[in-house]
Amino acid sequence: MSGFFSSSIGRKVAMALSAFFLMFFLLMHVSINLISVIDADAFNTASHFMGTNPIIQFAMQPVLIVGVVFHFVMGFILELKNKKAIGVSYAKNNGAANSSWMSRNMIWSGLAILAFIVLHFIDFWFPEINYKYIASLPEDPTRYFGELQHKFVSPLRVGAYVVAFVFLALHLMHGFTSAFQSMGSTAGRKKGLITFGKVYAIAIPALFIFIALFHHFNH
Amino acid sequence: MNLTLKIWRQKDSNAKGQMVDYKVTDISEHMSFLEMMDVLNEQLVNTGEEPVAFDHDCREGICGMCSMYINGEAHGPDRGITTCQLHMRMFNDGDTITIEPFRAAAFPVIKDLVVDRMAFERIQQAGGYISVNTSGNTQDANALPISKHDADEAMDAATCIGCGACVATCKNSSAMLFVGAKVSQYALLPQGQVEAADRVQNMVDQMDLEGFGNCTNTGACEVECPKGISLDNIARMNRELMKAALK
Repeated sequence: MSGFFSSSIGRKVAMALSAFFLMFFLLMHVSINLISVIDADAFNTASHFMGTNPIIQFAMQPVLIVGVVFHFVMGFILELKNKKAIGVSYAKNNGAANSSWMSRNMIWSGLAILAFIVLHFIDFWFPEINYKYIASLPEDPTRYFGELQHKFVSPLRVGAYVVAFVFLALHLMHGFTSAFQSMGSTAGRKKGLITFGKVYAIAIPALFIFIALFHHFNH
Repeated sequence: MNLTLKIWRQKDSNAKGQMVDYKVTDISEHMSFLEMMDVLNEQLVNTGEEPVAFDHDCREGICGMCSMYINGEAHGPDRGITTCQLHMRMFNDGDTITIEPFRAAAFPVIKDLVVDRMAFERIQQAGGYISVNTSGNTQDANALPISKHDADEAMDAATCIGCGACVATCKNSSAMLFVGAKVSQYALLPQGQVEAADRVQNMVDQMDLEGFGNCTNTGACEVECPKGISLDNIARMNRELMKAALK
């Protein structure tokens, strides 16, 4: 089996598995964030649970970090290998004639998402880790909504979020169905799943954008 | 019609190539693209220049030899055809046409537009066959019950002529459409089951060894394939390899 994951197809499968995990995580994340638009207390409760539950903190969170890091690192490794496989570039190449912009530029949309994740870690994850495990401040179950609103005061940060989520949408537009193909399924080429994939790719980033704009204009 | 041709010229595999401009005149729209190249070469021979080397054989879209990258697309702007089946009516008077060899590190240029596609042969040799005793007591293949659906899909996969357009057009120089087709044509038939696990493992190993890139499912290969080989064959190959790994 270890030989399988060192093959070109095995790496595709590994990329797809991490992609499915990350797509499920995005759904969870946006669902919890949406609560902040509806009810501040409910959002505090949900965030407090996510931030203090030992299973989520010490089992799910490391898995998530490994999943994110793996997806990015493997993406870059494959991109470098692919660049090597090309050799000499064409003087004229009409990629638009046979493939979508999204499918040809996953590395660029991925890099934009990576830049966003760095910002997101600086904004939320590092302060959270500092609060809980370094400064060891007393837990306040009501702090989360206020912290969230505070982050979306700056129009620059909101603008960066909007741009990043546009790139996430572009990444998912190809990535959603591509993951099925990599797993050996033809379902991603059927009309139903193509439509579902497009809805997912647009709806999830659009909801994240809506949440950021909502708190920017309602703080 | 009168045309300007920008053609990749490279003396041999070690030389540094470059794009060179040529003019051709009075080209009939009824000519095939290779006939237009023949006209150019006659012109070059008459002026004492070296003719442009390009691969061709059957000139009816079956052999898979012709392999030009024309105006940024493998086998040119038409669909479901090889370069030899491309006609000059696809172009307009005064056009500039860019003609390059199929590019991939695994397809090194031999001369001008001729590339070495022996990597495909080595992948085939690694597992693209079935072991059948041909001593004279060979079983009639028609005696084996095969569903119409499987027979049709196997035949569709088997129409791959191994031209390499999939590799040439892929932004990663991936050979997975070719290998997927070759794996599928046996995976779908009972004759191919005995060696199925070894076949896919060995062919994928050889594909990786040859230095082809990784498939990122852009689908460009399927669009440019002159035989319309489906991406479903890549999915089937992926399943076959997963099955082989779990064995």
